[in-house]
Amino acid sequence: MAALTQAAVGAEAPVSRPRRRGGLVPLVLLAPALLWLVVFFVVPTISLASQSLQTGDIDNGFMLTWNFAVYAEAMARYWPQFLRSMVYAASATLGTLLLGYPLAWFIAHRSGRWKNVLLVLVVAPFFTNFLIRTLAWQIILTDNGPVTGFFRATGLTTVLQAMGLTDNDSLLGSQFAVICGLVYNFLPFMVLPLYTILERLDVRLLDAAGDLYANGWQTFWRVIWPLSLPGVVSGTLLTFIPAAGDYINSRLLGNTQTVMIGQVIDAQFLRVLDYPIAAALSFILMAAIIVLVAGYVRAAGTEELV
Amino acid sequence: MAWLRRNLVVIVGLLVMAYILMPNLVVTMFSFNKPNGRYNYEWTQFSLDAWLNPCASAGLCESLGLSLWVAVVSALVSTVMGTMAAFALGRYRFRGRAATNLLVFFPMATPEVVMGSSLLTLFIAMGIPSGQVTILIAHILFTVSFVVTTVKARVASLDPALEQAAADLYATPSQAFWKVTFPLVAPGIAAGALLAFALSFDDYIVTNFNAGATTVTFPMFVWGAAQRGTPVQINVVGTVMFFGALAIVGFGQLIGARLRIGSRRKEAL
Repeated sequence: MAALTQAAVGAEAPVSRPRRRGGLVPLVLLAPALLWLVVFFVVPTISLASQSLQTGDIDNGFMLTWNFAVYAEAMARYWPQFLRSMVYAASATLGTLLLGYPLAWFIAHRSGRWKNVLLVLVVAPFFTNFLIRTLAWQIILTDNGPVTGFFRATGLTTVLQAMGLTDNDSLLGSQFAVICGLVYNFLPFMVLPLYTILERLDVRLLDAAGDLYANGWQTFWRVIWPLSLPGVVSGTLLTFIPAAGDYINSRLLGNTQTVMIGQVIDAQFLRVLDYPIAAALSFILMAAIIVLVAGYVRAAGTEELV
Repeated sequence: MAWLRRNLVVIVGLLVMAYILMPNLVVTMFSFNKPNGRYNYEWTQFSLDAWLNPCASAGLCESLGLSLWVAVVSALVSTVMGTMAAFALGRYRFRGRAATNLLVFFPMATPEVVMGSSLLTLFIAMGIPSGQVTILIAHILFTVSFVVTTVKARVASLDPALEQAAADLYATPSQAFWKVTFPLVAPGIAAGALLAFALSFDDYIVTNFNAGATTVTFPMFVWGAAQRGTPVQINVVGTVMFFGALAIVGFGQLIGARLRIGSRRKEAL
């Protein structure tokens, strides 16, 4: 638990300037990890780039022909899945923020001696394989189950249908189910960094805001929210990045109209065996995420986070 | 109305908590099910069959064994490598430090499907056959960054005066390191190792790209099972992992509390 929190917000942990020059010592210490990262991360990324520019097929082998047209072709064929992935990931990120913020505040300031228990319960589901938990969502959202019954009785299914999130009055196999699954899957990644920030927040600030005639909403928007921004930024990054590449939720909870880009990449690499287009799609996904994240981090003004 | 406004955040918080825990509740409940067909989707009747024969589903226990082995090995390797790197990055100033930090950060910011596919293109280009070795390489890769980040935070928060104090008391540099610095960083290392284990044990996407056709980890077994019918036994494994994790954390807290009370008593004396 502490590990996740630290990994989540590690970058903004108390920063003390490294003090010494150690000659060769840091190089020796770094060598194994650095070698691993270069050989198995940097080189594969180059290999991926090269793969995307090759032409040929699996039987006759591939040749590097600098075929940049593959990128245009990939986008022309799969832009709907791309756009969908970004929209789903953004909606899921917003969803985790809306649900995670109250939970993080509740754990940090209103849970009393249950604080540690709740924190453990937020993380404990991680230890059950996420595929098993996503399969459990199939059971929960099943057509004749109590959840669907409740949604039908309260007319929520009609609302969802009107919003275009479901196709009929069932919940499973819809955009709604996919986004709910994504929100569920990445909620802890939002709650933990938010909790670490909110827990350190001095509650006397709320009284001070009240003394200065701020109402509840003003106190939140002008005092609490700005102070919690670092947690919001790390939480949204930790949610958006994996959600954009995820395809387990869209596969298990969605239908043929909810295919995400990860699903396409997986199919092209492992079943269609069209490596160039698969590599091009991977590369575009990575580039899109880097551009979006860089722009977002800059806009949020927390560049020291990375 | 005023009561509702004051406690709204508690109510919403508890509802979100229920959302987080509901799937685990369902997993646990359905581990006691006796389904009619091959799919364990509908409650039929209570039974202990799956709990009494956890290995009855062909291939499940083998895949579980493989996943545990892979998780232990990759956690060990990435903890050693990651801790060394964390000390280098946390304690020393050197040329290229910022670039190294960025290189450590990148794998955490890469979607799994990209990382898995790029490794696959490398293995194909180099003619390395997929199997246990490629799984281990991949798992060490995506866990090492998390170890570095976790341990580095701990190293950076150390008070440098402590090692100076040790030196003033005639400790050699290696004594100062092993008797003062290391014990203080140890909780961070343990946390990093645990995180690496959990990430490796749970991974499906990267593994699926690099495992080949015959090597099956537990998440891959679950995925395969989901296509053909879900054995109740996977719910048993899910339930054991969930409550096992709770028990371990609870036990750790208990020991921690005991130790704190003990040391407070000593102080009182």
